[in-house]
Amino acid sequence: MSSNQSHRLPSGGLIDRSASLNFRFDGKTFSGFQGDTLASALVANGVKLVGRSFKYHRPRGILTAGSEEPNALVELRTGARREPNTKATTAELYEGLEAASQNRWPSLRHDLMAVNQLFAPIFVAGFYYKTFMWPAKFWEAIYEPAIRRAAGLGRAAGVADPDHYDKAWAHCDVLIAGSGPAGLAAALAAGRFGARVILCEEDFALGGRLLSDGGTIDGMPAAEWISRTLAELAALPDVRIMTRTTLFGVYDGGTYGALERVNDHLPSPPEHQVRQRLWRIVAKRCVVAAGAIERPIVFAGNDTPGVMMASGMRTYLERYAATPAKRAALFTNNEDGWRTVETALGAGLQIAAVVDARPDVSPAHRSLASKSGFPVLNGSVSAVDGGKDGVRRIAVSLTGGARAEVEADGLAVSGGWNPAVGLTSYHRGRPKWQEDIAAFVPDGAPPGMVAAGAANGAFSLGACLREGFAAGAQAARDAGRSGKAGSAPVAEDEAFSLTPLWHVVGKGKAFVDQQHDVTASDIELAHREGFESVEHLKRYTTLGMATDQGKTSNVAGLAIMAAVSGKSIPETGTTIYRPPFVPVAIGAFAGHHRDENFHATRLTPSHHWAAEQGAIFVDTGLWKRAQWYPRAGEKDWLESVTREVKAVRGGVGFCDVSTLGKIDVHGPDAGAFLDRVYINTFSNLAVGKARYGLMLREDGMVYDDGTTSRLAEDHYFLTTTTAKAGPVMQHLEFCRQVLFPELDVQLTSVSDQWAQFSIAGPKTRDLLREMVDPAEDLSNEGFPFMGAREVALRGGIKARLFRISFSGEMAFEISVPARHGDALVRNLMQAGKQFGVTPYGTEALGVMRIEKGHVAGPELSGTTTAADLGLGKMMSTKKDFIGRVMAGREALVAADRQVVVGIKPTDKASRLRSGAHIIPKGEIPGPGNDQGYVTSVCFSPMLDQWIGLGLVERGRERIGEIVHAHDPLRGEDYDVELCNPVFYDPEGGRQRG
Amino acid sequence: MRIVCPFCGERELGEFTYLGDAKPRRPAADAGEDAVYDYVYLRDNIAGVMSEHWYHGGGCRTWLKIDRNTLTHEISSVEPATGAGARQVAK
Ligand SMILES: [Zn+2]
Repeated sequence: MSSNQSHRLPSGGLIDRSASLNFRFDGKTFSGFQGDTLASALVANGVKLVGRSFKYHRPRGILTAGSEEPNALVELRTGARREPNTKATTAELYEGLEAASQNRWPSLRHDLMAVNQLFAPIFVAGFYYKTFMWPAKFWEAIYEPAIRRAAGLGRAAGVADPDHYDKAWAHCDVLIAGSGPAGLAAALAAGRFGARVILCEEDFALGGRLLSDGGTIDGMPAAEWISRTLAELAALPDVRIMTRTTLFGVYDGGTYGALERVNDHLPSPPEHQVRQRLWRIVAKRCVVAAGAIERPIVFAGNDTPGVMMASGMRTYLERYAATPAKRAALFTNNEDGWRTVETALGAGLQIAAVVDARPDVSPAHRSLASKSGFPVLNGSVSAVDGGKDGVRRIAVSLTGGARAEVEADGLAVSGGWNPAVGLTSYHRGRPKWQEDIAAFVPDGAPPGMVAAGAANGAFSLGACLREGFAAGAQAARDAGRSGKAGSAPVAEDEAFSLTPLWHVVGKGKAFVDQQHDVTASDIELAHREGFESVEHLKRYTTLGMATDQGKTSNVAGLAIMAAVSGKSIPETGTTIYRPPFVPVAIGAFAGHHRDENFHATRLTPSHHWAAEQGAIFVDTGLWKRAQWYPRAGEKDWLESVTREVKAVRGGVGFCDVSTLGKIDVHGPDAGAFLDRVYINTFSNLAVGKARYGLMLREDGMVYDDGTTSRLAEDHYFLTTTTAKAGPVMQHLEFCRQVLFPELDVQLTSVSDQWAQFSIAGPKTRDLLREMVDPAEDLSNEGFPFMGAREVALRGGIKARLFRISFSGEMAFEISVPARHGDALVRNLMQAGKQFGVTPYGTEALGVMRIEKGHVAGPELSGTTTAADLGLGKMMSTKKDFIGRVMAGREALVAADRQVVVGIKPTDKASRLRSGAHIIPKGEIPGPGNDQGYVTSVCFSPMLDQWIGLGLVERGRERIGEIVHAHDPLRGEDYDVELCNPVFYDPEGGRQRG
Repeated sequence: MRIVCPFCGERELGEFTYLGDAKPRRPAADAGEDAVYDYVYLRDNIAGVMSEHWYHGGGCRTWLKIDRNTLTHEISSVEPATGAGARQVAK
């Protein structure tokens, strides 16, 4: 049975009393209504204690009714959806909501960690830095673990987030932040101009402070004006209103970040729906009507549950019909605070007293006080007596020195209002100080943005409407719209008078930043220790660095710093404002890019067929490639790979090499172009022939390699490595467009257009003859080594055939349009059955290239020259090419460079591993005698032992030398022999056969 | 950030790749090692308006020369780099 909402007013409020909702807080069941937040429902049930503080575990209640809340943070939901540090003040109530208080053990009411208060001296400003000065042993063994247990906020779920998040773009003429009087007036004006308008409101209800403060607009009650305005906006052609959406950041070029909490008001998102959506909104103009945040006054015991911002108390009474207190006092330094007294009296609360720091209180308020029978005390609240059950008594220092005591169970505090200057300050803007409201207001804004209403320091309802309306009209005009906006809504300009008061000096802890437990004395201590710059103050005391980003604390902190350093507040200045304005879940930034969708996945043309064969796949960049094809009975990958290699070298096999980058180079200057980007010459390549090419970077290091074929006089077909497919295309476009614009040449990426397979082994021709039209001559004479031309397949499909070999075997690469790739691979299997055709994966491909001493990624490391790779002779001396001059630098042609060499263990049974360092035999390994390292290794089925390639100092001159392999990472040491990198068929007869 | 590509219109930053200073010119084949060294390694790093090369890889694959204020990200000019694209636009 749920409790009875003991603190709910019998009528009023923007809640649906016909929709009762049950919820649980710390295991106890309560009820509230549709339209409540968790905080308002707790208030309605008389719950005052909702959490324990960050460092001292002090009891804390609800301070505000908005997204600036520093105290009422809970763990919302359970299990995988448990989210820590959720503000109860913005969490919408739903049936079955479960929330738990944070940072207490074993329970909220009996928190043993509250003993931290006794150790308060060690948690002073800079405690974290100071403890680093202690002996390391003490820090590691005792201090750090203890702090981790004692301090902190809520607990993360610890398991994967089960929800989905979305990312979306939106475009508009005028973007408006906030739906208070200024925001709605701006939308009206811009909408009437026909502008495309997007209005973002973080709340689920529209109206901003009008929902709590009411008022009269255009002669009608605020609620009626809101509904009429929304009806008009709905009828306008292109005004989009997004509730539950917080504008959190401003980025270059009129791009804004917004978080839409699509389904956070439900227990869990409905099926196929996202939890939250991250919007990137591109707007020609932006009107910031984000309002202002009421600020506390710092005094001893100001964190006692029951001490609440005056505006927050009004919101609970007026919007939620919930009573935070039965007998409340007000502490104010300004006119606006008195509104809470009026609202509280209207709701039937007793007013214990009003403590007004201003010397003169208006006659109207004095007569209200005498009529209602409460005293007006001129002075300040100096202390609050109370505890986890809330406020009991308030001590007042009267002007003139006398003291008074007031019995009350709630204290509303108003220290004035701070315009929400976050959005307008995000491009390193610094707000300026405005004396009459004693607050920072925007001083300019990022391009295209303007602040209006309370966000701009205009606090009266009339001024908010006027400024909002004018800003909306101007924004629409600036965005190129024109028309008639009509006249601005009209309301009274109520007076706002304030006497600045930041800190009441007294005994006991007086909190500035309640979320991070930073006190006024912490700021004074930081000043004594020399941290006077506000940026240092912030980091040393952690003031404003909690999840609320100091929305209620920053300005008070600056003011106290200014007072102790004898400077003015504007001289003290503000810290830099940075987005996001409210915390945004990493999941929302990731959107759908998580798990298998973290990046795009590219599938080769033979992927589905390979999956049917049970292939093991490996991620290479975005691609999934078949790594090997296990067969029943094979005990490990090595057995499968060895079988595949032997099958190729003894018969025939094939491998999907479609992942290679492929670029068509067209034009009369195609050959001349290739001569400039490759170190070797392509202009003299005969039509129908292929050639291996090597590219350098302009700094002389090897960039990429691959085979390029000349298919026609003005058409070359260039291939790149898999990894460099994109970068080489970009590089070649740079060469074509920027470096060599005089050449008549065009480049087309055709990587995805062709399915390409390497077919290798002595029976390759036999297999191909089953595939291609019998009229095609595949003999050594008719299709010699490095030949390249189009052929017809049986059935008429045209294919390209390249007689090139990576494996060292008699081999062809065949390519067909990608859509035929799957059919081709199935035909290869069918036609090859009689020859024992064997599909092989990237492992076998790698083994065969190492056996042949071909270089690949590990050798093309970006720090090797053509000569290092043993390809120095390819460098033409008859032409200029990218990298030519820099490749000739002294250090790049030095005789003692580390060059590619073969490596094999002297003990044939020993394993060789990549990364092992090469040290002269008999020497103690060290940086001074490190002569290189092993780059690539494999078990060679043909040599029946582990072999590898390495980069070794003067390696080619040292063939036959025994050196030492030192592998500190794996703790291995063994002797190896430097050898010819071509382990298998060094004469190359097999591939030419 | 938004860049107005002369071929594709206004597009989002993510479609583009940054290269850097557009001022260095590739020296002639016989310019010698010092000139090439300067070309490869020496770059301006201006606090203010700078001409830069950007690649519209997520669009038309044009290399662009963009004048950008490195302090404010304000872009004052976008044109195709000197190649074929530039000749087409000039027509
Ligand atoms: Zn483009």
